[in-house]
Amino acid sequence: MNLAPLDLSAAVGTVRYALIFGAVGFGFGFILEMAGFGDTRKLAAQFYLKDMTVLKVMFTGIVVASLMLALASSFGLLDLHRVWVNPTFLWSEIAGGAIMGVGFVLGGFCPGTSLVAAATLKIDGMLFLVGALLGVWAFGETVGSFEPFWLSSDYGRFTLPDWLGLPMGVVVLAIVVVALGAFRLAEVVEARFGGVSPTAGGRGKWPAAIALLAAASVLVVHGQPTPEQQWARAAPATRQRVETRAIFASPAEVVSLRKDTSLEVSILDLRDEHDFNLFHVGGARRTDDAETRAPALVARLLGKPAWAVTFLVSNGETEALRAWESLTAQGVPNLYVVEGGINRWLELYAAPTCVAAPIAQRDADALAYRFEFATGQSLPAASPELPISRGFRLPCGSENEDETLRASGEHHGNVWPEHPFVKRVQLQTKSVVKGGCG
Amino acid sequence: MTTQSAPAGDKPYMDPYLAGALLGVVLFLSFFLTGGGLGASGALSHVQTGALDWVAPKHVDRVAYFAEIAGGARNPWKSTGVYMLIGTLLGALASGLYNRRARLETRKGPRISVKARWAFALLGGVIMGYGARMARGCTSGQALSGGAVLSVGSWAFMFSVFAGGYAVAWLFRKLWT
Repeated sequence: MNLAPLDLSAAVGTVRYALIFGAVGFGFGFILEMAGFGDTRKLAAQFYLKDMTVLKVMFTGIVVASLMLALASSFGLLDLHRVWVNPTFLWSEIAGGAIMGVGFVLGGFCPGTSLVAAATLKIDGMLFLVGALLGVWAFGETVGSFEPFWLSSDYGRFTLPDWLGLPMGVVVLAIVVVALGAFRLAEVVEARFGGVSPTAGGRGKWPAAIALLAAASVLVVHGQPTPEQQWARAAPATRQRVETRAIFASPAEVVSLRKDTSLEVSILDLRDEHDFNLFHVGGARRTDDAETRAPALVARLLGKPAWAVTFLVSNGETEALRAWESLTAQGVPNLYVVEGGINRWLELYAAPTCVAAPIAQRDADALAYRFEFATGQSLPAASPELPISRGFRLPCGSENEDETLRASGEHHGNVWPEHPFVKRVQLQTKSVVKGGCG
Repeated sequence: MTTQSAPAGDKPYMDPYLAGALLGVVLFLSFFLTGGGLGASGALSHVQTGALDWVAPKHVDRVAYFAEIAGGARNPWKSTGVYMLIGTLLGALASGLYNRRARLETRKGPRISVKARWAFALLGGVIMGYGARMARGCTSGQALSGGAVLSVGSWAFMFSVFAGGYAVAWLFRKLWT
């Protein structure tokens, strides 16, 4: 079974696609109007402590939605990693928020509520909307002059659970508790400044509050799925890519992609520090099983641009494949395993036998070469795509370095062989839907 | 006059907690079905750039921010945000008609003239539009949607909006009280 959210990439541009978003918008507009958000006085009263409807509606909406999202994920109905999370650009968001607070008090709406007011024929709402269109135009014209600030403090996909280092359920429970406290406070404030009895409102408030706390407690106990559980629920199409070997890219393909300057190619090396120090592909970054489950690495990979492709490599394929499954289950796109691992790499791009002698493999995920000394990424084989690495293969037994270089230039024809390969890497654009504000 | 109750003749508004809970369900459905949240300001950006593209297509192609939306052959109108925007307008109109609240009028504080309210609505709109693009989202796209998926920046944004509003509310109290 494919988990929600729906994969809409095939439906882009169709009527069905437009209707889905239109229907969601319809519900949004209908409820905002029902709540009274078409009336600017009701909105502005929030800032004069007379009517806290804005806070109540917004905070209830956030709490209910985050509870439902976390529960759906916890019980395996929804893949949260494929849900768009607004990337954090901390300072431009804080600055923009403060500007909007001022605009809210002056104009009496936010963009969404002005739509509601305009649709219900409020002239002030229509004028606000015209103003907002002028405002976004002015921003487009001027952002070029302060782009470094606008693009600064980019934390990418960064959530409260990542920041606090707490499980999602605990964070949601804390938000529920804070929200209930805020509602209580809002009612006291309304009674003081707006002359409304704090006991006003439906009698269902207490049962509803208890239900929210209970749901959040279930979330804390049940927890979020581990990468293994998520992999177990992965779509059959994803598993098939492993069986058909569509996710295994030959070292020759990696090398050819590393030459392509329009791509951002990175290599994650799953081996231990010892093997990594003996030899690794140029620019590779070492990682381990624990890190592939940590939010930091996943967030970094999810935050990569659409032209980024990441390769996982181990000595053979076993460990890299395990990391691939874990990271893929966590929603990381454009991820591949280096076919045959480092052992195959060194077969195609050989190190001199006096540095690394082939030995019989003990098991498939052990290094099949015995290195005389740690070479790191200093061997030409670590970066076969670089022109300077051509012909640098030191013939063994030569003492004089200058002589060696000259000799190798003559003997090896200055190029690595062009190994044929089956193209496996297909860049996949990330989720099309960025939320309404993308 | 308190603003708690709707004006005479109008149906009272829905209980805020009930409205909030329903809003939460719509927001959840948006994420559950489409993978994205609700929003309005991004769509405004598309509408604005689309209009600019009729008037000055070359200018749109030259300014990076506009080119990203409508540069070259890109169609600013075929965006999920625009579909959602049309839905939002229709949904609000439907509720307004159903509750008999859709009528041509201006809502304002008791102490300012209608013309002054119009001027401030326009000015507030400009500031709001500018700030919303600066923050990469408005109250719906950032605070509501980003808040529900626990984005750190969206929560910082939310507090910043309230802080900005409360900071100047006293200064502009004549507009509303």
